[in-house]
Amino acid sequence: MMRRALAALTFVLTLALTALPALAQQPPTAQGEFVPARDLPATESIPAATLLVAAYAFIWVAAIVYLFSIWRRLNKVEAEMHTLARKMSQR
Amino acid sequence: MRKAFVPLLLITGAMFAYAPIMIAHADYEASMGIVSKILYFHAPSGMVMLLSAMVCGVASAIYLWKKSPAADRVAMASAELTALFGLIVIVTGPLWAKKAWGIWWDWEPRLTMSFVGWLISVSYLFVRKYAGPGSDKLGAALAVFGSVNVPFIYVSVNVWRTLHPKTTVVPTLPPGMRGPFWYSALTLFLFYLLLLTARIHLERQRATLDELYLAEEDRS
Repeated sequence: MMRRALAALTFVLTLALTALPALAQQPPTAQGEFVPARDLPATESIPAATLLVAAYAFIWVAAIVYLFSIWRRLNKVEAEMHTLARKMSQR
Repeated sequence: MRKAFVPLLLITGAMFAYAPIMIAHADYEASMGIVSKILYFHAPSGMVMLLSAMVCGVASAIYLWKKSPAADRVAMASAELTALFGLIVIVTGPLWAKKAWGIWWDWEPRLTMSFVGWLISVSYLFVRKYAGPGSDKLGAALAVFGSVNVPFIYVSVNVWRTLHPKTTVVPTLPPGMRGPFWYSALTLFLFYLLLLTARIHLERQRATLDELYLAEEDRS
């Protein structure tokens, strides 16, 4: 009796263990209903193109602003140099 | 370098203008999609930032050692460019991270050390502007420490566990991404050279102006 019960248990366990990988390879069950969600995951909530354009635009703006700042500072220094040179030549 | 300035300006301008077309045709990274295209200017900006910090550190060390005013001018120009490219890295990185990681910022080693590197360059500029007499040497010492930080920023992603991709990503880029990436890197490198030349010229003119004022004082 005990032997039979053990054999039956072994059979069931073997069946269950061999069936597990087969079950794991099954395609996911079809969606029967849609569940509404108000909060998207953070990675889905912002359109990627907006971030890409924002990043690229920032580089252009930073580059133009910096170039402009160098040009402005250079003009200021050179104007001061001309004023000083004129002042010195007048003496 | 003055003769090379105009051709450099034209080449860099043309490359900068063509970069969006090149990037638009470049491949996406499979898991991140379109936002991964931030790679094409985020990573090269980071490379230029590190290069600029090294140039600033080496020029500052030369200034401390040999008292060369030319080296000081290079250091001053490089520090400003480190701050500029660092700002680009710090702004474009979170725009990418929000989509890829779901967060704007994480205090992990690469991000934190890059932020510290950027802060060092900004503090150098503040020291030079507001610290008064002796600020040149104080700033130079700060820049040397800033350059020591550079190798740590580079290896941080390989040594510590970070969210940031490792340095192996760039050498192993597939052909559809490799071309646009190195094109962008070359464009930003030329842009760096252009800005460095212009900025050094500004420092030289300031030095000439100071000499003129001293000459004026001597005469009167």
